[in-house]
Formats: sequence, structure tokens, C-alpha cells
Amino acid sequence: MPTLRYLFTLPTCSGYEMSTNQLAQKPPPILVIGVGNLYRGDDAVGRIVAQGLKREATDRVNIIEKDCDGAALMECWESADAVILIDAVHSGALPGTILRFDAQVQPIPATYFHYSSHAFGVAEAVELSRTLNQLPPRFIVYGIEGKCFEPGSGITGAVAEAAQDVLEQIQKDVALFVAQGFRLDGF
Amino acid sequence: MKNKTIKVACLSRVEGEGALSVKIKDNKVVDVKLKIFEPPRFFEAFLRGRAYSEAPDITARICGICPVAYQMSAVHAMEDALGVTISSQVRALRRLMYCGEWIESHALHVYMLHAPDFLGYPDAIQMAKDHAPIVKRGLQLKKAGNEIVTLLGGREIHPINVRVGGFYKTPTKQEFAPLAEKLKWARDAALETVRWTSTLTFPDFEQDYEFVALRHPDEYAFNEGRIVSNRGMDIPLCEYENHFTEEHVQHSNALHSKTKEGGAYFVGPLARYNLNFDKLPAPAQEAAQAAGLSAVCRNPFKSIIVRSVETLYACDEALRIINEYERPEEPSSPVQPRASTGYGCTEAPRGILYHRYQLDGNGSILSAKIVPPTSQNQKTIENDLLNFIPKYLDIPEEKLVLSCEQAIRNYDPCISCATHFLKLHIERE
Repeated sequence: MPTLRYLFTLPTCSGYEMSTNQLAQKPPPILVIGVGNLYRGDDAVGRIVAQGLKREATDRVNIIEKDCDGAALMECWESADAVILIDAVHSGALPGTILRFDAQVQPIPATYFHYSSHAFGVAEAVELSRTLNQLPPRFIVYGIEGKCFEPGSGITGAVAEAAQDVLEQIQKDVALFVAQGFRLDGF
Repeated sequence: MKNKTIKVACLSRVEGEGALSVKIKDNKVVDVKLKIFEPPRFFEAFLRGRAYSEAPDITARICGICPVAYQMSAVHAMEDALGVTISSQVRALRRLMYCGEWIESHALHVYMLHAPDFLGYPDAIQMAKDHAPIVKRGLQLKKAGNEIVTLLGGREIHPINVRVGGFYKTPTKQEFAPLAEKLKWARDAALETVRWTSTLTFPDFEQDYEFVALRHPDEYAFNEGRIVSNRGMDIPLCEYENHFTEEHVQHSNALHSKTKEGGAYFVGPLARYNLNFDKLPAPAQEAAQAAGLSAVCRNPFKSIIVRSVETLYACDEALRIINEYERPEEPSSPVQPRASTGYGCTEAPRGILYHRYQLDGNGSILSAKIVPPTSQNQKTIENDLLNFIPKYLDIPEEKLVLSCEQAIRNYDPCISCATHFLKLHIERE
């Protein structure tokens, strides 16, 4: 089992409490979102992780890929209860560094995430959802430090290695969510 | 304060990477340069040798905000080249798709990008803390536009259902029913948006612009028409390059457009509204007048109201098209390649988007020319700042920078279309 390299794990919130009402209904689903631009170098890494999860998933999890349109991201997670989002970051750390945020307990630093259409991207979408009381109750964000964001396809070596590590970590997250009562079979 | 240098790190809430440099000497603004460092992407070059049928999907990749505009200008240019006539329902569906793009693009700009300037917030997140219901309304309105594009285009960004001659697949009338219900809500929300934006405070700033837009005899133009201006221009699309030129300026990777006489011109919502007010249906005209607009508006800051009026119009037009829709027998018309040249110009949310293609006998692209709206507005943006900043030289620097950003956002510039991050640099000597 590979260990996460340069992993900064931020504190997770207390366990998700299922209400009696929720338990009586179908368990809430898990949504995994890979964000990025496939044609802008390492910016593609979020989507590459999502694609890898789709290939390796033996159970159905709702895995989607998105461009970095903040408003569209808010729409796609508005009815989700557990979200895991992966995107490239540009924080100045070593390429391949993995950042993990629990969005319920910590703001997402806008400066880390690659700017998007009209500068309304992942961080802004999470923070606007929080302000509007629309942030899903469980929300994990993985940021993978990119090296090259120039036009063109393909990601750099250290980023590709980090993508595999994040993929494996997300599989553990999903297993934990399932143990907490979330379901795998999509929406 | 006579001579000064102001450096501003980043201008946000615009699409793309660029910077603005302002030089102030002896309390006079002596130079304004809108710098675009987004590297040129050479779309026109790598279209050469590709099939005519690939142009809509390749050019849609130029922009994630207005891919429909690129697809529409491309298909119309190809159909012009190849002598293709489309059915009336395909034409109506293209207008409907454009309604979707206008609604989503305008709602995003009005609520998330421009309104925070007027209300004194650094961004929509801070604005949402005090105005949550308004921000929610904006997001919901944008979503209605997305849903039109998704239904017709196959997905909300970079649609995949548009082809030269029509569509790959057309929806059934029943598929529109849930959308129509959402659009009825969107229509009321758009009307409320017009009322709300009219209550904002606008800088006293009017200029004698040359407005340029499409004009159609029977409708508020989206896809078809002649290119007209308030200074007497009235030309068919094929004459565009006889009246407008592009020049490379050292400070920008995007070409600057100007009239053949060397003048700046203004494209986008304000130009469309001023040149086509009479083509707006009564409800949109009445909403505009109730919001304090006359038939002509020369204050670019009031473009936020005009965008709202256009959003209202787009909702009404979408509902009209859906109501009258009958599924066409064939989703597209037949297309036969031939050696030819074709011209297309449609009204992207930010203004006219011109395409010209030369094809060989097999339908391969020999040459392509694409002029996006932001290229055309660059000189006008620079001129606005040249004239706007002197009035505000004595206000605190932070406020001056915000005012400059607000003035740039009047044009909802899409830098990545023009050649992505805008930085503002004010230099006072």
C-alpha cells in the first residue's frame, strides 16, 4: 500500500450523523467529481483520477467529470450528501503534493485552485455554497499540485504518481462513507 | 498628486489572462493599454486542412462560456459556402439554443460578476452573505439557460449535437414540456432582474460610440441579418472585411479590431439594444422603459440593465419557440462539398462573432478567419478608461482600481476568446 507523499491531512469533521428520518429512507448517494481541462497539461489531473475510479470501480458510485465552471459545479452537487472532489492546485508546493481539505470545517483557499472561467471556480463554488447553506454535509476536496498548465494534453510524472495515490485514498473514503450509511448506486 | 504609479495585482471576474496598464502624468491619463498575454492559440491555422464538417466542434473549443456562438457562426458560414438551406424548425431550434446561451451567460455576468461592483462587494460570495435570495435567483436563472443548451446540444458545455445543415438529433415536443415550466419561472425572474438592476447606482458616463450589431427585418437578431451601425453602415456579412480591419499591437496577443477609418467600435448588448430596440417585443420594451432606459443608451455601465432586458427577451423567445415547435421530419439538410467561400456572423452574448471559411472541392478548409467580440471591443475599452479615469483621479487608489475593473466588466470581456487572468497596472508619473 503506497503512502501519500507530501500529504497535508486537514482535520475531518465529527462523524456524519444520520437522522431517524434519513435512516427510514434510501441512504444518500456519494458523488465523486473530477474537475479540470483535459487539454491544459496538469490541470487535467482531477479528471484523470475520476476516469481511473470509473475503470476500477466494482460498485457503482456516481463519478462525473466537469470543466471548471463554478455555477455548474454548484448545480451538480446541490442534491448530493457526500461529495469527493479532485482538482489540480497551484500553491507553490512541490509538483505532486497532495492536499486534502474537509470543506465542512475549513475554507478552500481560492489562490490554490487554478483559475477558471471568469475566475469562478472550485473554491468560489464551495464558498458560495457554504454562504447559501447549500454545502453538502460531507465534502472532501483533494488538490494535487501541478507543474505545467500550458495548453496540451498529458500530465507530468510526479502528478501522475500523485493521481494514483489520490485514487487509492478516495477508494478508502468511499468505503468509509458506505460504512457511515451512504450508498454507492448513484442518484 | 500629479504623477503616480499604481500597480494592481489582479483583475478578477473576467474570462482570460491579461492586464490593464494605465499611465497618469501631470494628473492626466496619457496612456491606457489592455494587454492580453493569453498565448495565441492559432485556431485559424489548425483549421486548415480539416473538413468543413469539423469546424463547429473545433471552434466551439475556443470558449467554454459561449461555445454555442462559435458553433452557430461556423455552421452559418459553411452553409453560406455550400448553398445549404435549413428548415424553418431547424432555424427556430438554433434560435432557441442561442436563447439558452444568452440566458446562462447574461445571468452569470449580471449576478455573479458585475453586480458585486455596483453593490460594493469584492465578489459574489461576499454579496451572498447580505443578498442570498438574489444570488440564488441568479444561479437558478443561469441554470434555466444551461438546461436549454443541454437539451438541444447534448451537454451544457461544448455541445455535440450541432452540425452543418442542422442537428444530429432533434427533440420531441414532449421533451420540451418540463423545460417550458422552468422557463416560465425564469421569465418572471428575468423581469425581476430588470427591475432590480435598475435600482443600482450608475456613474454619470456617456460616450459617442459607434455601435455595431446585426439587424434583421423581422426579429431581434441572433443568427442572421446585416451588419449595421448608428453611423450609417448597413452591409452584408461578406463585406465585413472591407469595413473592419485587425491590427497587431505590441502590447496584446489578441488582434485589435477597428473600422477601416481607424475608429474604435462597440459590439455587444448595448449595441444590439440601441440598433434593434424596435425589434424587441412589447414586454421587453416596456420592462426597459420601466427600468428608466430610453430607446438609446450610451452609458456602458447600464449594460447590466440591458443584459437583463435581453435575458427577459431570451426567455420569452424561448417560450414562443417551444410553444410553436413541431419536430422537423429531418434533423438536418443534405450538404454537398464544393469549392467556395462562406461568411457567418452571429450575436454571441458579448457581441458579433465573425467567421469566414474558404473550402476546396472536397470541402477541406483552405483558410479560416475568426473575429471574436472581445477583439472588437478592445479599443473601446481602452478609450472608455482614457475618458473615465480623469473624473476619478482624486478618489482613493483602491476605489479607482475597482472603478476601472467595473468599467472593463461593462464589456464582459472574454480574453481567452480573443486569444486566460487579467492584471491591472496603473502608473502615475
